[in-house]
Amino acid sequence: MKTRRITSYFAIPKLSHRVWHVWRRDQDVFMKTYKVNFIPPLVEPVLYLLGLGLGLGGFVQLPEGLRYDVFIAPALVAVSMMYASFFECTYASFVRMYYQKTFDAIIATPVSLEEVIAGEILWGATKSLINSSIVLGVILLFGLIRTPFFLAIVPLSFLAGLLFSSVAMCFTAITPNIDSFNYPAFLFITPMFILSGTFFPITTLPIEAQTIANIVFPLTHAVTLTRALTTGGLSPTLLLNLAWFLVTTPFFFILSINMMKKRLIK
Amino acid sequence: MQPEVLIEAKGLTKKFGGVMAVDNINFEVLKGEVFGFLGPNGAGKTTTMKMVNCVLPLTAGALSVAGMDVTGHAREIKKMIGVAPQEDNLDPDFTVFHNLIVYARYFEIPRAEAQKRADELLKFVQLDEKRDVLIDQLSAGMKRRLILARALINEPQILILDEPTTGLDPQARHLIWDKARSLQRQGVTIVLTTHYMEEAAQLCDRILIMDNGKIIEEGKPADLIKQHAGEEVLEVAYDEEVLKFLKEAFPDARLDVVSDRIQVFTNQPKGVFTQILRKFDFKAAMIRDANLEDVFLKLTGRRLRE
Repeated sequence: MKTRRITSYFAIPKLSHRVWHVWRRDQDVFMKTYKVNFIPPLVEPVLYLLGLGLGLGGFVQLPEGLRYDVFIAPALVAVSMMYASFFECTYASFVRMYYQKTFDAIIATPVSLEEVIAGEILWGATKSLINSSIVLGVILLFGLIRTPFFLAIVPLSFLAGLLFSSVAMCFTAITPNIDSFNYPAFLFITPMFILSGTFFPITTLPIEAQTIANIVFPLTHAVTLTRALTTGGLSPTLLLNLAWFLVTTPFFFILSINMMKKRLIK
Repeated sequence: MQPEVLIEAKGLTKKFGGVMAVDNINFEVLKGEVFGFLGPNGAGKTTTMKMVNCVLPLTAGALSVAGMDVTGHAREIKKMIGVAPQEDNLDPDFTVFHNLIVYARYFEIPRAEAQKRADELLKFVQLDEKRDVLIDQLSAGMKRRLILARALINEPQILILDEPTTGLDPQARHLIWDKARSLQRQGVTIVLTTHYMEEAAQLCDRILIMDNGKIIEEGKPADLIKQHAGEEVLEVAYDEEVLKFLKEAFPDARLDVVSDRIQVFTNQPKGVFTQILRKFDFKAAMIRDANLEDVFLKLTGRRLRE
């Protein structure tokens, strides 16, 4: 009985092409207001590069003589993946589910609830791709990219976005109300933002903290990968970072769909 | 010719945790009829609708739509059903027209066809002037009409109207009723839930009264009225003497005292009350036709729900 309850959280969802109808709905809304949607990924990296890169960067000595703005630029790209998809599948999905009853309206049609959730997650991943590509464009203009490998960041941003969206959707499945998103936002997302090797090398942290950052922080792996792909420091260990995504993403994708089903279909 | 059964429930049951929302009910909806589910709040009407629409799984029993079992044929069944839910779940991010277009996409209606239908439907519900307006600029009545239009975008064989006129003014209510009748003439089978007895009496060919998840009565509105409330009802101001007198005058009648009024229900033919009133002069006396509300209150009681 108990094992059946646990396995029910990992039942493989039945998905069809109808997932894309849900994705299209979210894309339609995004396109209606695309001008304001482009402000955060354009403005934020510029501020960080000016404030931290130029301002703080003068006081920072990095190993291997890396310039500080070159060091943080790829982290800004990774951070934008996290924020775009996490907020899309927490606050925005919750508004659609709870306040707008959009999910209820859709599941009265041939689209199933599994497909609605999958569509939302795919849209969250798409937001990650859109926002991080813009940030990538900004740091390219700032001349902070050292190698053409940076193009691989675009597909990576979709993969990372899938993971962040899926994790976010798990929180959406259990949150009692919209204010409770403060828990994951400040106890998970903000620590990741600071402690994932974003603004200083992760090796300067105590070993215990490094271990935690490597095991539970997706952003650590995203930052490691984006940094290698903009600075050119490619090494075989990057495959481990990629493997980490390839294992965790399907796990949380499936889990989040089943958790949402349990929340919405009694 | 035997009428075709479109929706058939046998022993249909839905439990939420320990609560029996729908408790072992049987019913049949025939093709082309307007079938009403009546009942106080929490009776299980909406839950039943959601099971018909394949959104909620059954706890027990069997439910089929157009000969297909709801378990395992959700997509086929949802394709032929249009739902106008109780709650406003229109998409506030889109205009009136775009709401219909996006909804048509979920049914995989080709774009050109969707646009054609959307324009026709907006005319049908008299919202063509609001075509490019955002949802939050619509009145409650307009929203209900748009929800009705949206429910028709897939040209459904079955239309589920879940409390379609709750909170509407009389004009808006009559418009919805007109549209429902015109859809029935076009051959659409309509399943309606309501707690407005007038609505049920106006629209429904057959009704079913639910309370606490169970069906307590079923039939044609006129038959139910006749059976449970008779033809006419006498109402007079409450007075102990009068009550005593009426009890003697109508020994077979049912006498209800509601706040300061006495209501007399009888099986006797029309006219008996007129005779009494000719002889006696009761205070604030009134003879009126029995209606569905009398039936409903008799069967479900006057206790407040929720």
